[in-house]
Amino acid sequence: MKENLYNYILGIADNSLILGQRLGELCGHGPTLETDIACTNISLDLFGQVRSYFQYAAKIAGDKRTEDDIAMLRKEREYKNVLLVEQPNTNFAYTIGRQFLFDAYHLAFLAELQKSTDLTLSAIANKCIKEVSYHERFSSDWVKRLGDGTEESNQKMQEAINDLWTYTDELFHQTEADKVMVSEGVGVDVTKLKLNYYKRVNDLLQVADLEIPESKYFQKGGKEGVHTEHLGYLLSELQYMQRAYPNMEW
Amino acid sequence: MSEEQIRSLERQFDERIARDEKIEPKDWMPEKYRKTHIRQMSQHAHSEIVGMLPEGNWITRAPSLRRKVALLAKVQDEAGHGLYLYSATETLGISRDEMYEQLHTGKAKYSSIFNYPTVTWADMGAVGWLVDGAAIINQVPLCNTSYGPYARAMIRVCKEESFHQRQGFEIMMKLANGSPEQKELAQDALNRWWWPSLMMLGPTDAESVHTEQSMKWKLKRKSNDDLRQQFIDQTVPQAELIGLTIPDPDLKWNEERGSYDFGDINWDEFWQVVKGHGPCNKERMKARIGAWEEGEWIRDAAMAHAKKKQERKQKQAV
Repeated sequence: MKENLYNYILGIADNSLILGQRLGELCGHGPTLETDIACTNISLDLFGQVRSYFQYAAKIAGDKRTEDDIAMLRKEREYKNVLLVEQPNTNFAYTIGRQFLFDAYHLAFLAELQKSTDLTLSAIANKCIKEVSYHERFSSDWVKRLGDGTEESNQKMQEAINDLWTYTDELFHQTEADKVMVSEGVGVDVTKLKLNYYKRVNDLLQVADLEIPESKYFQKGGKEGVHTEHLGYLLSELQYMQRAYPNMEW
Repeated sequence: MSEEQIRSLERQFDERIARDEKIEPKDWMPEKYRKTHIRQMSQHAHSEIVGMLPEGNWITRAPSLRRKVALLAKVQDEAGHGLYLYSATETLGISRDEMYEQLHTGKAKYSSIFNYPTVTWADMGAVGWLVDGAAIINQVPLCNTSYGPYARAMIRVCKEESFHQRQGFEIMMKLANGSPEQKELAQDALNRWWWPSLMMLGPTDAESVHTEQSMKWKLKRKSNDDLRQQFIDQTVPQAELIGLTIPDPDLKWNEERGSYDFGDINWDEFWQVVKGHGPCNKERMKARIGAWEEGEWIRDAAMAHAKKKQERKQKQAV
């Protein structure tokens, strides 16, 4: 099996999986019906993407493993998502902040992945980018609304951005599998996305009347499977049925 | 307007309904017609929104990606129905905020079935199959109801509900044909949801206060007891098909009536839940009120931003 490609796909898909799961927690509890529907929609898009990636990964693995085995039967240290996406829905400002900080990256990433020499990945990217450009529009609009809205919303949005900022740098780290994939023309060189990312994010924060955090201390580890304490609880819900009732069809 | 004029308008109004014409928002209508429709339509909208909670409860724990996506889409459909129905109700001169207020203070009701807990994954099957099944039986006749916006909303709602019902039945079928443990989950869910689903079709005709007037306005086409019988006759063969047992020892085919006879419904339980003392009444209201209150600063922000944006635009124009 193509180990590097397999791991590379999981690295991409786990971000969508974990973020989709976080958004799924909110379904039915949104601040308005319209935002509730929108967040559920984004969650749905992300899970749709996950299925495309994992079905492809299962094919590459070439054994009996299924998309669900990959999604739900790995150990905590085997999930490769960035720390950003596993952060909890502390309040709507955190949900929106997390979404925008990820979407801005995701959009730029998919634009490059479309050029992959791996035709399946490029086709998946081509499909996903349409969805993600909507996600980015939704989340950036809300960052503006909350930043520019009332004093209270500005404070809350600022606090969320300050807290989540520490997880942004990890988006541009490369794992060993990433490097091999980049050299083969399959993967995206994320280090090259960094400059434009911070430009896009900083521009939006300015428009939204928010301060750009000055902290130079960043957290990393998600891509190597070393997560924040939040992930374990998220996984125990995600995996509950597959663990409690192993080897069954649903 | 003189009493004579009002009586004449009422007569014309009744004749229009009798001719199967639709009543539209700007048409004259008796005050009672407006109030009754606000009550029923908002109650319907609230049921969709509160109904998101018991199913939303299993989104993070769905057993497969396919099931998770389907459940997310389903709960999202319910939100869409809520939105659609609130909008249709607004055409009668009440705002969505006012309707929320009525829900949160307990003035407006929602379907009592959503005050039962969803304790296992099989409940996602049972709710789809039985609860959506009973809802469809209630709602299909409403596609021809007299108030235009409601009738048109129901056409779309019913299409989606019937998809949900098939989806729920498919979950049950998979469980019933699965391992002994899965089959047990399915039977247990049927045992718990069967009687509340029968109650969902409303009190017996003798106790139902709104039926007669509602029949005239085509808000109701059949009595509660007739709908209940239709639901039972339709559902029993489905349970048999997948090898599950309806939890009613008195259930028996009645050749003469061409229908199933069934056991006594525990109406004390029904009224207990309707009056607010079911297993989850408090949790459901807490979740709805919590979402509304926690959302206040967000709605305020959106309004403030829209206002500032408008002002900036005006300044630029000057």
